[in-house]
Amino acid sequence: MRALLCTAILVAFASPAFAIDPGPAFDDPELQARYERLTRELRCLQCRSETIADSNASLAADLRRQLRDLIAAGKTDEEIFQYMTDRYGDYVLYKPPVKRRTLLLWMAPVLFLISGITAAAVVIARKSRLPEDDPSDPGLGDS
Amino acid sequence: MWRYLIPAGVFAVLVGFFVVGLHTDKQTLPSPLIGKPAPRFELPRLEDPTELVSSEQFAGRKYLVNVWGPWCEGCQQEHPALLEIARRGQIPIVGLTVPQGALADLQGNPLPLEQVLSEIQLGLRWLSELGNPYDICLFDQMWKVAIDFGVYGAPETFLIDERGFVVHKHTGPLTIADWERDFVPKLGREGGVDG
Repeated sequence: MRALLCTAILVAFASPAFAIDPGPAFDDPELQARYERLTRELRCLQCRSETIADSNASLAADLRRQLRDLIAAGKTDEEIFQYMTDRYGDYVLYKPPVKRRTLLLWMAPVLFLISGITAAAVVIARKSRLPEDDPSDPGLGDS
Repeated sequence: MWRYLIPAGVFAVLVGFFVVGLHTDKQTLPSPLIGKPAPRFELPRLEDPTELVSSEQFAGRKYLVNVWGPWCEGCQQEHPALLEIARRGQIPIVGLTVPQGALADLQGNPLPLEQVLSEIQLGLRWLSELGNPYDICLFDQMWKVAIDFGVYGAPETFLIDERGFVVHKHTGPLTIADWERDFVPKLGREGGVDG
């Protein structure tokens, strides 16, 4: 019974690993790896939260085909991203480029970290200013 | 005092973000093509696929490019508006007819001719049943031109000016209200209504 359950779980987790297209786009493994990497960096604009690698929307299939043609034509990654953003805007890139408009987005983790550290520092400093053996403060209440 | 004010302030800022977020249209993506030259194209006519039509043919006048397909529900929804725009005769409408996805396999090879022809037949039947607002329809079997236009879902409508620049883009079913609000004011500029 347990073995059966384990198998079922493994099978359930294995299925997303299947490629979305019936066969590889390139015979050359190096080109195929590049193709797969780029499909994971481009957004499907019909489904928004999926990359064109994950989406089975028709637009994603068409963009994969276009990507394959561009790679086959010997375009560099930059040229391919330029081609896509010229037509679909920055939104097509799954990773937004660092620009003045997106600076706050990119800086957000750092800002949150700084504000967290500041808050922690303030609380610790305030607590440590209390006398060690203040009977009125059990260490949990108001500081 | 601060211990209550700070969380309340943070909460107010969050609510502010949510209110703005609720009222922003997140479906329509801005087109990077606005104010840039429209992509050039050369495609077969839907009515007669042996005849190739190039974008050069429309140079020097304003025209609309309407991306549609017989499979597309939104296109059916906007169809009466297109017929009305055509009836007013202010501007020629070029139909860019697309299949639901490119008629090709993964290797980029076009599908067999019968399949392409049956797709064309569907388009022609649609026009004869619902009425034809288009001055000309071009069939983009491989979505090549549609991708050049940055199309991410039909229907989409582009206004192109005399210089061949994209002036406006409408995503989703067009209504007469949209037309009068967003397109008509842009028709008058440079050289009058009839280009």
